[in-house]
Amino acid sequence: MNRWISLSALILAASVSLGAQQPAALSVPFTQFKLPNGLNVILHRDTSVPVVSVNIWYHVGSGHERPGRTGFAHLFEHVMFEGSMHVPEGSFDTWLEAAGGNNNGSTSNDRTNYYEDLPNNALELALFLESDRMGFLLDDKAPDKINGQRDVVKNEKRQSVDNQPYGQAFIELPAMMYPAGHPYSWSTIGSMEDLTAASFEDVARFFRTYYVPSNASLVIAGDIDVAATRKLVEKWFSDVPAGKPVPALTAPTPVLDGVKKKTLTDRVQLPRLYMAWHTPALMKPGDAELDILSNLLSGGKNSRLYKRLVYEMQIAQDVNASQQSQGLSSMYLIVATARPGQSLDKIQAVIDEELDKLRATPPEAREMTRALNQVEANFYRGMERVGGFGGKANQLNAYFKATGQPDFFQKDLDRYRAVTPADVKAVVEKYLPKDRRVELSIVPGDKK
Amino acid sequence: MKTAKSLIQRALLGVLVAAVAVAVSAQEKPDRTKPPAIGPAPSLKMPAIQKQKLSNGLEVWLVEHHEVPLAQVNLIVRSGSAADPIGKYGIGSLTAAMLDEGAGKLSALDLADGLEFLGANLSTSSSFDYSAVRLSVPVSKLADALPLMADVSLRPTFPAAELDRLRQERLTGLLQARDNPAALIGMAFPRVIFGPTHRYGTSANGLPPTIEAFTVADLQTFYRAHYRPGNATLLVVGDVTLASAMPMLEKAFGSWKTDGMAPLVAEVPVAPQLTSRQVYIIDKPDAPQSQVRIGWVGVSRSTPDYAALEVLNTILGGSFTSRLNQNLREDKGYSYGASSVFDMRLSAGPFLAAAGVQSDKTAPSIQEFFNELNNILKPIPEEELKKAKNYVALGFPGEFETTGDLARKLEDLVVYKLPEDTYTKFVSSVTSITAADLQRLAARYIQPDKMAVVVVGDRKSIEGPIRLLNLGPVNFITIDELFR
Repeated sequence: MNRWISLSALILAASVSLGAQQPAALSVPFTQFKLPNGLNVILHRDTSVPVVSVNIWYHVGSGHERPGRTGFAHLFEHVMFEGSMHVPEGSFDTWLEAAGGNNNGSTSNDRTNYYEDLPNNALELALFLESDRMGFLLDDKAPDKINGQRDVVKNEKRQSVDNQPYGQAFIELPAMMYPAGHPYSWSTIGSMEDLTAASFEDVARFFRTYYVPSNASLVIAGDIDVAATRKLVEKWFSDVPAGKPVPALTAPTPVLDGVKKKTLTDRVQLPRLYMAWHTPALMKPGDAELDILSNLLSGGKNSRLYKRLVYEMQIAQDVNASQQSQGLSSMYLIVATARPGQSLDKIQAVIDEELDKLRATPPEAREMTRALNQVEANFYRGMERVGGFGGKANQLNAYFKATGQPDFFQKDLDRYRAVTPADVKAVVEKYLPKDRRVELSIVPGDKK
Repeated sequence: MKTAKSLIQRALLGVLVAAVAVAVSAQEKPDRTKPPAIGPAPSLKMPAIQKQKLSNGLEVWLVEHHEVPLAQVNLIVRSGSAADPIGKYGIGSLTAAMLDEGAGKLSALDLADGLEFLGANLSTSSSFDYSAVRLSVPVSKLADALPLMADVSLRPTFPAAELDRLRQERLTGLLQARDNPAALIGMAFPRVIFGPTHRYGTSANGLPPTIEAFTVADLQTFYRAHYRPGNATLLVVGDVTLASAMPMLEKAFGSWKTDGMAPLVAEVPVAPQLTSRQVYIIDKPDAPQSQVRIGWVGVSRSTPDYAALEVLNTILGGSFTSRLNQNLREDKGYSYGASSVFDMRLSAGPFLAAAGVQSDKTAPSIQEFFNELNNILKPIPEEELKKAKNYVALGFPGEFETTGDLARKLEDLVVYKLPEDTYTKFVSSVTSITAADLQRLAARYIQPDKMAVVVVGDRKSIEGPIRLLNLGPVNFITIDELFR
């Protein structure tokens, strides 16, 4: 769930795509330190354009929500932009724009992230704003702000879920996959009832519990002087009070003990099939293998599922296979939409045939190289840009959360390079069984 | 700023407690009573554009960018969907999409396999204004990838079976568009503004009856008329130099010759402007949100008012703190986001203000849109103008970060025939804009009482309240009509 998507960005977005293959070691040099209040800080210098990105991750997401308050972590993310003790409501955005800056925030199951991308002369403004809301969010008039953002978030849900064809799948899948009470068993956007019920007391408790310096990490990347930037971080963040340590999110490993099947109706022209399995967590053994598998199944015209379903048989309009990596455990998801007059049963049978082939025979060497070269291309795509959700600043924070090592770029690529054809065969056998999975169909009818 | 004393203390600390957590001592106390002062803005160092020609006259523009060992090569053909003949709307887009479905001696699958194996990405696409084949590849594989790009660009074979496949894919995509309010408004709004005859009134891909009828001969005709060296430019950005790239480009593209067929490049006529306000409703029963678009014929990219219109639109609906977003999202909570844009093309594209709004607030939202469209005609307060100018000017250097960013900026220079100093002059042209300039432009380009209001939503709940706004005649368009 992103805070904001602009129309002009959608209309004018560049469609230029980048790809690469490069044998030299990937390296993003960084300086790391910790403030006495527990804030982790990571600095990276890249002078390609005179821009700096301030990127902060709080290690809290919708998985930390309590029953009856689904959607709260994301609602809270919205409240974070509405001003703090020394920043009047509206000024967070106004001051940044007046300095030529952009910002956004997003919430997942596991974390909430925020960034400000701005010309490097305005770095201190972003540090003032981030430190003020980290240290002094509640000292302002928060009850009003939650009411305003509650309506905005409800409209975000209407726009991105309720008014979207097949949108209910993203509410239904978590509920089918995880037992009640599991942190991943509800969607990040939450329910309308729970959004209505959220109160200022919830904001205060959530802030004091989770938005503490030791539960956050701050990356500053771009055209900076590292020593001077360190001084500025110390200046602005040292008076943020330390909080209590936040215990890590835990949950029993979810297990499916059979095929869970469900059919829903929606006002759609074409049926769509979702198949889902529980898979290893981000960075755990099996995670990279499943990413490679996704490329073999649906990355490009020659990929196995695309080639059969879309290119040759032409019984599907689209097919996508993906490892949805998360902190506690992941979900492997295959989604396919039927062509007019074609049945989901037939599509599912072909998907099973292709998975059976991989259970019997490892993929060929050329397929593997092709997949790896494309994975490497994605790494380079991420190395060119500093800011936004897709740049190096965000990735340094992502690696720090997942592995404790901000510059994990080369090691991450090495995970993929180490995957053998036999490994791919093994993960299909182990993690994608035919008799333990979720099968959700959304078919034409009335919206339910 | 820093004092000499604190610098020394920091240095000592660094020596004494190298890897230990930072002790509190050297830092300044933050003054939170006001936002920190901002230093002088950095300036953009525009990289030089190096220009050469291949032996066949094909122009090459090259920008060196040595940050990452990547090369981006974009072949720009200055004809897009706007060049579609009447009765063949969609052929330019389909021609571009078919380029990599078989070329030279290679099949669609061979081409995809060859490119992916090199770690290259190749895309073929078109907009109203131009078509493009874009290659991104590690510079070490550029020599291997260029022959494949040249096959796709110069020797497409347009296999009939692949045409049938893409035809079905596009027809199915249009079937799916019926489900999606955002897709429906994307078809309805241009049709209302430009009409079914003007090229901008129909989506670039075209509509079912036309798509059904396309033949391989149609593709070949469009290709021969427009894909020719004199109508194209090669843009190269990345870890290359003229000396390293030119021999490879000559080898791949130097033999490209035209077959003598006369080019069919006609300018797109400027669409007649709307003259009176009307409302158009497309019924989407029980939709929880209404998709609203308000606008009319805007302005072309070649306008001398480009920079000023960017600033004007930033204030109206082009940034988060813009008036439309503040009003409809932050103040009223009716929407997840409201915005506006001048979609500038070779001919005048649409101006539109847009939002998805909760169904029961459709009429109040439209009222707020018009309040803001009327307010923008009044003098802009100095502070607000300054904020918008800074936002546009100071954010500008960030648009030149990646090889892809740079190539896109070059594309605009080529396609819109902009002076080469366009980008170096942009910031100063923004800085010189006055409130009086914006008032003059707003009066010309934003006339709320002549704009069309197009809504995709639940008719039974929104029609009554919309009628009470007395905006003008209320018309209804069926979803079926949008696809004919």
